Amino acid sequence: MTQCKYESQRVAYPYFLIAILLFAGQILFGLIIGAQYVWPDFLFPAIPFNIARMIHINLLVVWIIFGFMGSAYYLLPEEVEGEIYSTKLALIDCYLFLVGGIIAIAGYLFRWHDGREFLEQPTIIKIAIVIVVLLFIFNMIMTMVKGRKRTSISIVLLGGFLGLAVFYLFAFYKPANLTEDKFYWWWVVHLWVEGVWELIMASLLSFLIIKLTGIDREVAEKWLYIIIGLTLFTGIVGTGHHYYWIGTPAFWKTWGAWFSASEPLPFLAMVAFAFKMVRKRTREHPNRAAVLWTVGSAVMAFLGAGVWGFMHTLPKINYYTHGTQITASHGHLAFFGAYAMIVLAMISYAVPNIRKSGGFANQKAEILAFWTMVISMIFIAITLTGAGIAQAYLQRVVGLSYMETQGQIAIFYIVRLFFGLTFAAGLIIYIYDFFSSSKTA
Amino acid sequence: MTKSSARNIFIGGTLFFAAVFLILTYKSLSSETLSKRTHPENISDKVVWGKRIWERNACIDCHTLLGEGAYYAPELGNVIKRRGEAGVRAILKTDALQGWGTVRKMPKFNLSEKDIDGLVEFFKWVGRIDTNNWPPNEQG
Ligand code: HEC
Ligand code: HEM
Ligand code: HEM
Ligand SMILES: [Fe+2]
Repeated sequence: MTQCKYESQRVAYPYFLIAILLFAGQILFGLIIGAQYVWPDFLFPAIPFNIARMIHINLLVVWIIFGFMGSAYYLLPEEVEGEIYSTKLALIDCYLFLVGGIIAIAGYLFRWHDGREFLEQPTIIKIAIVIVVLLFIFNMIMTMVKGRKRTSISIVLLGGFLGLAVFYLFAFYKPANLTEDKFYWWWVVHLWVEGVWELIMASLLSFLIIKLTGIDREVAEKWLYIIIGLTLFTGIVGTGHHYYWIGTPAFWKTWGAWFSASEPLPFLAMVAFAFKMVRKRTREHPNRAAVLWTVGSAVMAFLGAGVWGFMHTLPKINYYTHGTQITASHGHLAFFGAYAMIVLAMISYAVPNIRKSGGFANQKAEILAFWTMVISMIFIAITLTGAGIAQAYLQRVVGLSYMETQGQIAIFYIVRLFFGLTFAAGLIIYIYDFFSSSKTA
Repeated sequence: MTKSSARNIFIGGTLFFAAVFLILTYKSLSSETLSKRTHPENISDKVVWGKRIWERNACIDCHTLLGEGAYYAPELGNVIKRRGEAGVRAILKTDALQGWGTVRKMPKFNLSEKDIDGLVEFFKWVGRIDTNNWPPNEQG
């Protein structure tokens, strides 16, 4: 039970390893920009805020995608009952992605970048990313074609990756009209995190729940379709919550509000699904940490995306909170809860099996790391929410200037940095545990 | 509900809502709507250049523009209204020489006269986009 059934599942390991190392890099740069909020001259002008910020977020997105790919390589053979079509291609693709990623990050430090938020990758790097993803999808499809079965989980996962690739293509389109530019920019950003990435998350969640609780596949896959149905019925038109103030027509205030206000539903369904299935479990899986990450991810995604997203999604509120620290607080809690944690859940489940390590007696450190990171992130979000409410009030109601307002709310940034450091401590425990000899032996 | 009916509802519903979204997209980006709300006829070569300079220096990763971007520096969609054209020009000229800012700072971008011209025209054009009255006041 605690070993890979298929040899080729082990190709997931380098993906997971790289994901964790890039995660550490992301947090390092998060601490740098967190520190610059407190001491603006820190590392300035060698690494100005904008450069460190693009590295923080690009590393985030890249490590999550590494994690998704690793998860897919781990899960596919068990789902389709057959080996990965080409483990060689999987490895080449992994290193191509790594080299491309490192060149991109190093390039940023030397001001080699494009200039739209999150999509700063120079065109050549963007093309390389598309190639990496297409090679991956090719390998995935061939594995499914050659396998003995095609489960709903594997099909939905493939759909998620196809969507990821298709919507990234809008990153290449850069119209001169800023309104049009922003309109399609959200087709990458929103339709990723509130659309196709949720398909990936939901299928990983279903896979984990089946493995960890032993519940019936038919039941889990029915839930899967309900979850992703709720996702796309609300999330596609819900894109309109970004179209209130960028030059697009006023009718979006109605459409965006109604649909995005329903976007918490799929996250609520994930929580219900996770709890219900764990309660009805037919087996007591020995990997308690994996259960914790899995259920934790559903709960934190609901909190970060569902609750924190809902908080500022109605136009009357968004009018005051748009582009403040409220946005940052939601961005952190949602990204961490949904995508970082589901990847960490897959790692927690898969890596012991890949390593054939057997026992799960020694999960204290991993569970400590879980709570340290989760609680730190909750406090980061609460602190930024406080900062955001004060900012919206002082700047947009009272009418202080931006810089005066920032002076008034400085204390929040100090507290945020403190919880950033405790988050980093949690990550260090996690990494130490991941590489500790008792596990790798 | 069985699994296959859940799947069929998923597929049908997704196609339906995607179609709704595409219709709304078409309405939003029709040349009539765009010309009423964004005045594309005013997107001169200078505005286009200004947008390029804006992107080349990743200004968006410190500033917001129409409320999107980073939250480390002031909103710039309405900066012409707040600082006046001459004020913005003076800020960018100072920046080209020595950077800008007292507490938090903006790096020295070595902007040329042409770049500054472009940025100012870009901000002027952005400032006239119909944003449904956002931001709430001129502080952005
Ligand atoms: C490293 C972060 C950073 C980057 C990158 C940056 N800025 Fe700034 N900018 C600031 C800060 C901080 C201020 C506020 C300084 C102050 O008022 O003390 C500012 C102020 C301004 C102002 C004046 C706004 C006002 O209302 O006072 C303008 C105009 C401006 N920046 C334009 C730009 C342009 C154009 C770019 C890109 C070429 C850019 N900035 C890139 C940080 C940055
Ligand atoms: C896992 C899912 C989600 C993730 C990862 C996520 C992440 C983000 C991020 C990073 C931003 C900032 C984008 C920028 O820089 O401009 C953002 C903005 C926003 N999100 Fe989410 N989000 C998720 C789900 C949701 C949901 C479900 C809702 C609504 C219920 C929501 C509502 C919003 C709104 C209204 C904004 C715009 C904020 C503003 O006006 O400044 N999000 N989201
Ligand atoms: C040590 C902990 C961290 C610190 C100190 C930190 C700090 C920051 C800072 C200062 C910003 C820039 C906000 C701005 O533009 O003003 C930022 C942006 C962002 N960070 Fe972090 N971060 C940390 C961890 C994380 C984690 C764990 C995640 C997700 C898994 C994350 C995701 C993001 C996202 C999505 C944005 C963009 C937000 C937006 O545009 O609204 N960060 N972070
Ligand atoms: Fe969104």
